This record gives sequence, structure tokens and C-alpha cells, in this order.
Amino acid sequence: MAIVRNPYKTTGFLGWIDDRFPLTKMWKDHLSEYYAPKNFNFWYYFGSLALLVLVNQLLTGIFLTMNYKPGADTAFDSVQYIMRDVPWGSLIRYMHATGASAFFIVVYAHMFRGVLYGSHRKPRELIWIFGSLIYLVLMAEAFCGYVLPWGQMSYWGAQVIISLFGTIPYIGKGLVEWIQGDYVPADATLNRLFSLHVIALPFVLVGLVFAHILALHEVGSNNPDGVDIKARKDPQTHIPLDGIAFHPYYTVKDLVGISVFLIIFSAVIFFAPEGGGMVLEQPNFQAANPQVTPPEITPAWYFGVFYAMLRATPSLFHSALPGVIVMGGAVVILFFLPWLDRSPVKSWRYKGPVFRSLIILFAVDFCVLNYLGMQPVSPVHTLIARIGAVIYFGFFLLMPFYSQWEKTKPVPERVTE
Amino acid sequence: MKRLIFLAACLSLAAGLMPSLSRADEGPATLPFREDVGNLPSAQRGARDFMAYCSGCHAMKYLRYNRMAKDLDIPDDLLKSRLMLGTDKLGDPISSSMPVKQAEAWFGRAPPDLTLETKARGSAWVYSYLQSFYLDDKRPLGVNNPYLPGVSMPAVLGELQGWQKLETPAKGEEDDTPKFELVQAGTMSPEEYKEFVADLTNFMAYASEPGKSDRIALGFRVILYLLVLLVLTYFLKKEFWRDIH
Amino acid sequence: MSNEGVDDGRRRFLTAATSVVGAAGAAAVVWPFLASLKPSAKAQAAGAPVQADISKIEEGQQVTFVWRGSNIWVLHRSKDMLATLSQVDSRLSDPKCEQDQQPAYCKSETRSIKPEYLVMNGKCTHLGCSPSFKPDHPAPEIDANWLGGYFCPCHGSKYDLSGRVFQGMPAPLNMVVPPHRYVSDTVVMIGEDPTDAKKEAA
Repeated sequence: MAIVRNPYKTTGFLGWIDDRFPLTKMWKDHLSEYYAPKNFNFWYYFGSLALLVLVNQLLTGIFLTMNYKPGADTAFDSVQYIMRDVPWGSLIRYMHATGASAFFIVVYAHMFRGVLYGSHRKPRELIWIFGSLIYLVLMAEAFCGYVLPWGQMSYWGAQVIISLFGTIPYIGKGLVEWIQGDYVPADATLNRLFSLHVIALPFVLVGLVFAHILALHEVGSNNPDGVDIKARKDPQTHIPLDGIAFHPYYTVKDLVGISVFLIIFSAVIFFAPEGGGMVLEQPNFQAANPQVTPPEITPAWYFGVFYAMLRATPSLFHSALPGVIVMGGAVVILFFLPWLDRSPVKSWRYKGPVFRSLIILFAVDFCVLNYLGMQPVSPVHTLIARIGAVIYFGFFLLMPFYSQWEKTKPVPERVTE
Repeated sequence: MKRLIFLAACLSLAAGLMPSLSRADEGPATLPFREDVGNLPSAQRGARDFMAYCSGCHAMKYLRYNRMAKDLDIPDDLLKSRLMLGTDKLGDPISSSMPVKQAEAWFGRAPPDLTLETKARGSAWVYSYLQSFYLDDKRPLGVNNPYLPGVSMPAVLGELQGWQKLETPAKGEEDDTPKFELVQAGTMSPEEYKEFVADLTNFMAYASEPGKSDRIALGFRVILYLLVLLVLTYFLKKEFWRDIH
Repeated sequence: MSNEGVDDGRRRFLTAATSVVGAAGAAAVVWPFLASLKPSAKAQAAGAPVQADISKIEEGQQVTFVWRGSNIWVLHRSKDMLATLSQVDSRLSDPKCEQDQQPAYCKSETRSIKPEYLVMNGKCTHLGCSPSFKPDHPAPEIDANWLGGYFCPCHGSKYDLSGRVFQGMPAPLNMVVPPHRYVSDTVVMIGEDPTDAKKEAA
């Protein structure tokens, strides 16, 4: 049967491939002829960094799984086996544990970039939704991974998080037992979380990342000015005037970002792999003991914002459900951002002073809440966390009003330097 | 300028995420202690003392004898004759000679494994705890410890340290560590005992992460490499971006 | 600034230098992952040399010890058994033990340190079955001229009483003699060479 020659006129081995598989097409569509705005700034490093950390997690995870033994009696010992007996095992585990924290740092920065420059606005709503889904799955993935070492923090962390489901009226109690597969977090719980952590969630995560990037490359990248670069193209080449090829220009630029990131990442791995108790918590150096609760249970630092709001919400009608709703709502509301923001401009550069101030207030509020989530409860902390929660939700829920009413600055036709 | 603002924003973001280092741990403030795992003679003495005074009841089930011998530079024959239990092999983990069942009967609970103790509680805690057993008639074993109230471990090292009474702390004192009064001297002077405990703690800190010094040494080489890579990628980027007007 | 044009040489040099340095770094990252697959300290501890007390083994009897998960046979050969070794030479595939299936100090027809004690890994060199010990002869069901040896039940490979394989068998090589040394007259350390003892003494 005759074959349809590929339109790129490649020959030899590559030509043989291209006649059967869109290799050159993919290379061109996504790298050498994907035109990105030339004015990307510092904030645009975090997308490629998130991809790098994902690869790090997958690779180190594969090798950890070769030596980790899920099971209430074996998990803790097998982690120490990795740390001591497996050649280079401690490095691989430190890379994975530090990688989890790094993942959240780069993802938070990446999301904040979206808010700053309106990257969630039409036509990029789906990119934002895929991204929010990635964030949601990432949280589930991180929680499952947190439980696996089966230390004191793992055990009691699992207890607290799974208990959240118990607040759901009527079905709560049964639901908790169904999730745990036992009456308390136990062997069965650990095994199913292991399965989710190494198979189900990574599978979904990688799929969502593909969807996220495909959607991005379909509509093209936004930029710090929020200008649509496709509106002005070179009449001959049809290349956007403000666009430059992703490869080589952004690949070499991202390499610089990756080098800087790796220096910071390595500094943590080699000089402070426990991250002062934030990456590996002190109580987690003791094996899980269902009889003894550690003096202070805090979730991993990256859940601080949500944990602070959970604790600060008063219970209602003898139910802790309101706190769980607030916490869940804080994540769910992210999905609606593309429709909450009704400003005529995308980038905060051209928004009015109210919106600009609120974005900064929100960023500060986020940091404060995260900090409070890691601190012990006190009346002052609870008060601040309540104010913080109101600001958090106010920022989103009032956005349709202030974004629409406020006067904006004129947007330039071409991107600025 | 804009870059600087971004950088500052990022740093403040990072700073906001840092937890306060003063954790709300229970119990009194610990005595100042700096781990010195690189101090081989100290760790060696600590290993000897651990085997003599601690390993009767406490195991280190994650540390193998031969790993310890290699890291702490202990010759095999010395290891076999002085530090190991008779039936253990070189590759075995450090075990205790006490059967768990009996221990539970004697102390109410099995003595914990100590491999990770300095990580679980902090080395300063171990250092303070070992110096703070005091006489207390109300306890079944006659001793108590402010760092672990109701302690079920007997004051094994009392013979060396001597016996002490807890003083009521004076109000408003800056130093809020517990104070003791020695009522019966031990075989060691207070300074000697302090050194003894420091050695022991150093050894336990080593045991909690045997690969620590290798890790740090490798870290410097990795970062040096990455700095070279950064310089290259930086100039590479600059070179390519000459095209962009 | 931007009008200087493109310096191709510089660009090529930087690309090459970054690629080389980056590739070296990537290779260095691969190393710990591959090295992590080597036997762990636990496996090494479990595979430590094994002491075998051979004082109770009677003449003509064979006892099995386990070292690194393998069956290590110690056969106490009688004078008669030793006498058979030179008689089968012409029918063996590697009578002089030229192939590297034993430590240098066992490269002889007895394939042992002390002639009467054969220490050998009991695994057929064909596909890894465990041959049966067949000391009795004559045994026409095995071979018309059988003088005692090993017979592999899986594919019928035959070995003499030193574990040397006969010609024309599925098995290509003599069975493996592991490193071993005598700690005393009656105790063998399986897994250590005689030179290891000297090192320890020094």
C-alpha cells in the first residue's frame, strides 16, 4: 500500500518515522514553531520547573517503590532500610521528600502568576481548570505519600484527614470506615493509600499535565501584558510579531531557571533534608503508635492555608461540617476564577488600584494563613485566621463586582519590554 | 528594578511560609548542645559507652555493627571483643540483651529502640535528659526526670553522675532550664559526666543518620557543579537572546 | 547591542559546552539510581561468609550448607572415591579445570584445598537444577562405566566426584567451587579466600 509522504519532506530514518508518526510535527508544533510572547518574566519559570519536579517525583518514586514495603508492620522499617541499607537510598528518599515541598512551592508560584496576569481568562479557562485539577490531585497525592512512612505524624495525620469525611451528615461514620477499611487507620488503609499514591493518582496527574499543556498550546501562552500576540502577525510568515520560537529561546532561558532551582533544591537536599522539620517532621522518626498522640499534630506545611481555615471555623449544631465546607470551598472556588474575574483587562498591570491592592492583600493573606496553619492554636491565632478566611473568600466572591466597576488603564497593542 | 521587586516578593513569600523555629514542645527548655558528628574520638567513646551502659536494655535495630565500625574507624577485632554481644555477626544490627517480655514486666514498657532518638526528640533533649535524673520518693524507682515526667527508666548512670535533688526554679530567671543540687557525688566529676553525656549524644546523633557527613561532602560538589552549569546556561541564554529585538 | 549580529562560533561553543557539562551531570544523576539496585547492606549481611563445621561428616557422606541462598555441598571423599578421579579424566569435558569455575587454589583434579573435602556449589551449570549425589557403582541406569558422581535429574547431565562435567552433556561447565578457607582443621569458612585470613591477621 502506498504511503502518504509527510509534509516536512524529511528523509532517511527520520523521514521513515515521519511517514508513520508525527514526530517532526510534534517537535514543530510544541517546540521549534510554538511561538510564545517574548516578554515572559521571572514568573514564567515555574511552569517548566513544575514539570521538572514532576519528573523528579516519578523517577525517585519508582526507585523508592522497589524497596518500600507497605504494611503497618513493615512500612516504617522499610523506610529506614531505604535510608541506611540501600546504596544511595537516603539521597533518593531526600530527593522525593524535598521534591514534594518543592512541587507545592513552584505550583503556588505558577498559580499566582496566573492570577497576576489573568492567564485564566478567556480563552484559557480550560487551562486553568486542568491546572486546578492538577493542584487537587497533587494534594491527594501528597497526603497519601505523607502517610506511607507510617511514623507518628503519618498515622495521626491520616487519622485527622480521614476524620474530615466523618463530618458529613448521616453517611459520615460509615464513609470513614469504608475509606479506612478498618475502624481506625490501619494496615488496610496504608495499603490502599500506597496503591493510590504509586499508581492511580500519578496516572491521573500525568494525564492532566498533558491536557494542561495541550490546551495551552492550542490557544497560545498569555503574557505579563495580557496582550493577544496572535492579533498582530507578520503578513508573510504569519508568525506573531511579538512571538518567538519556544525552542531555542525559551528552552535556553528555562535552563537558566532550572540551574538556579537545582542549586536551591540541592542545598536543601544535601544540607537541610529535613527542612527544619517541614520536609520530614520530628514525630515521624517514631513508628506509628495508635496509643500515643504526639503533642501537636500539624499537617504538612503546604496544607497550612486550608488547615488554618478548618480550625478557625466554629462548629455548628454539634457538627464540624462547617469547617470542612470552608476548607473544601477554598479549593473549589479556584475552579470558578475564570468567571469571577470580569475586568476588561487581563493583566494586573492595567487594572485599577483596588484590584491591584487586593491581589497583594490576597498574597499576604495566603502567607499569613499558611503560617497560622503550622502554629499551635491560640485565641489570637484563631481570630487572625478568621479574618484571613474572610479576606480569602472575599477576594474571590466580591471579584465580579470590583473587577467590573473599577476603571482600568489602556492596554498597549504590542507587548512591552 | 522590576526583577528585584519580584525577587523580594518571592523571598518574602518564602519567609512567610517558614514556621517559627521555636516549636511548642512540651517540657522545659533544653541545655545548649551542638552535635559534632565529625568528632570521631567523641563518637567512638560514645559507642563504647553506649555498649557498656545502654545496650543492655536499648537496641539500635537500624544500625549494623560493621557499618558503625567502618564509619567510626573501629577495627574488627576490637569491635568483636569489646562492643558486640557474643552471638552477633558483623553485619547484624545492634541488639539489646534484654527480652522484650521481661522488660515489659519490669518497667511497664519495653525500652525504646534508640537508633532514631536524637531525630525524634532532638539531640539537645537527649543531652539534657541524661543529665537530669533527680531523686523523687514518689516514684517507684525513686527517680524522676523533668524532661520525661514519670520516667520509667531507672537512673542507670547515677553511679557515674552522683545523685541530685531538683531545685525549685527562681521566678523571672532568664535561664529556665531545671536546676539541681548534687547530694551524693558519683565516680565522675560534673565536668567529666558532662563530657560523657556529650560523647554518648554524639554517638546517638551519628547513629540517627550514619550517612550525614558523606551527604554534606557530596552536597558541596553537586553545588559546585551546578554553579558551573549556571554560568554556562546563563551565557548560552544571553547568546541566543541576542536575536530578540 | 542587539545589532552586533550573531556570533556563530561563540554560539556553537556555548551550545557544545553546555551540552557536554549537562550530559555529564545527567550521567552523574543516573549513577545513584543504578547503584541503588546493587545488593543492599541487608542482603550483604545475609550473604556474609558462613562457618561450616565439617568434623561430623563421615567418609563418603555429603552435607549441605547454605551460603548466599545457594546450597553448598561439603563431600567427605574416601580414598576409593579420590582414586576414581584420574580414571575418568579421558571422558571429561574439562579435566584440567581450565575454565574459571573454581578459585585458583582449587585448580586441580580434586578441586579442593584438602583432597578429601570437596566444597562445591550444588547447581548444575546447564540451567540451574540441583544434581543428585550418586556415589554408588556400578549404576547401569546412569552410565555403563559409572564410578560415582552427580547426576542432574532435569536434563541428565553427569559430573564426577569433583563436580567435573562429562563430555557430551547438556551442561557446558564443571560445577562451581566457591571461595572457602580452613579456619581450623574442622571448620571451613565458606565465602572467604585463604588470603582473607592473612589480611585479618595483619
